Amino acid sequence: MKYLCLVYPGEDFVPRPEDAPDFAAVHRAMTEAGVYLDSGALQPSSATTTVTLRDGDTLLTDGPFAEIKEQVGGYFLLDCADLDEAVRWAATIPTIRSGGASIEIRPLVEFGGRG
Amino acid sequence: MATVSRLVGDVEVAEDAVQEACAAAVAQWPTAGVPANPGAWLVGTARHKALDRLRRESRRPDREAAAMRERGDPGAPSPPGTIEDDQLSLIFTCCHPALDPGVRVPLTLRSVCGLTTSEIAAVFLVPEPTMAQRLVRAKRKIRQAGIPLRVPPPDTWPERLAGVLRVIYLVFTEGHRPTTGASAVRSELCDEAVRLARVLAELLPDEPEVVGLVALLLLTDARRPARLDDDGELVLLADQDRSRWDHGKIAEGAALVERSLRRRRPGPYQLQAAIAACHSTAPTAEETDWREIAVLYGELIRYEPTPVVEANRAVAVAMAEGPAPGLVILDTLGADAQLSRWPQLHVARADLLARLGRLPDAVDAYRQALSLEPPSAERAFITRRIRQLTS
Repeated sequence: MKYLCLVYPGEDFVPRPEDAPDFAAVHRAMTEAGVYLDSGALQPSSATTTVTLRDGDTLLTDGPFAEIKEQVGGYFLLDCADLDEAVRWAATIPTIRSGGASIEIRPLVEFGGRG
Repeated sequence: MATVSRLVGDVEVAEDAVQEACAAAVAQWPTAGVPANPGAWLVGTARHKALDRLRRESRRPDREAAAMRERGDPGAPSPPGTIEDDQLSLIFTCCHPALDPGVRVPLTLRSVCGLTTSEIAAVFLVPEPTMAQRLVRAKRKIRQAGIPLRVPPPDTWPERLAGVLRVIYLVFTEGHRPTTGASAVRSELCDEAVRLARVLAELLPDEPEVVGLVALLLLTDARRPARLDDDGELVLLADQDRSRWDHGKIAEGAALVERSLRRRRPGPYQLQAAIAACHSTAPTAEETDWREIAVLYGELIRYEPTPVVEANRAVAVAMAEGPAPGLVILDTLGADAQLSRWPQLHVARADLLARLGRLPDAVDAYRQALSLEPPSAERAFITRRIRQLTS
């Protein structure tokens, strides 16, 4: 099953260059275990543009669709056997160690034909 | 039910299929005769019905995946497994930490113990549709989130096993001292909890806490025949007719707790079982070893640093050394605003005050307990005590 791990770094999180080797190690471990599909870090929510459709015209708004305190800072897309495995890998993402951080594990809908 | 769940990989579909299979058995066996192995017949029939449904619904992709699993993945052959193993997997699934704690007990009662939704709704005093909805939501979460139907690897047991033991213990306490409803005991829940704990202990014989739980449940349950008088009112432990206790259960429980403690890996269930053994093996209330019980509660606090444990220690200290030192501990606890809302604390205080001869204070404490709306059987007991003290 595919799981999208949404990383909420917490309000006080500041990315530090010295954490880079930790991320690289987790990346490597996930790849070697065959669970890694993709990951990414998001620009701050101030860089967001929201697009909607009104009467056939696209309408752009500066900023996120919903203003909430907790913002997604990044994600890992993993392919795991079950939730237990996804939880184990999510707990290794280095950001989780910063105060107030949390990781939301969202299972993806599996469409037919892929077995 | 557990075996069918493993075979088809979907708790919800398996549950419906088992029901259909039982209905088929009722319809067919009287005329066609009972098959040589009725258990295997039921599992086989239920499996067919479940797979039929999964194929019918195979446009729904997750069910397709489940059906694929059945057709066999040569890369990962599922181990044969016994009925007991399947049941254990199902318990671990129903008690999974990713499920809401409030739904784990109802889900275990439904999927592992086979209680009907209306029976479970009655236990928790909610309308049946509400309970049905909670159960459906939990089963959907299991399927959609990919919560595995298997016994987790041993390195995760310290965290996972505690959750399972907790659910079994809650099933028992819900039977032993129901929080809802008028009846003071629900025997069927006590029996189910003991059965589940035994299954767990048979499968995990090297886990002293599992054995400790079995011992605790047996030693507590042994007093069931004497806990209520003819009017259905609670009888104090000290006043119970000990000849009505189940001495077979007491002997078994006491032997189990002794054996598990010898492994020198103590834990909260073993300690509680040891305390229960002190009570249940005393020939008379006067011969209870309160000093030992006070020591055991002191140990228990290291694992469960809760006011409830501290209050129980206070009672044991009072019995061993006299009411005054016990009362000091209880009064310290009662200073806490939240704890002063706990009826049992006032009942315990009232008892010690009465033994110190401070009768008006004792009556006040009982009245305070009454004002906090304790369960009905306890309310009757407190009212009776007030009558005795004021007459």
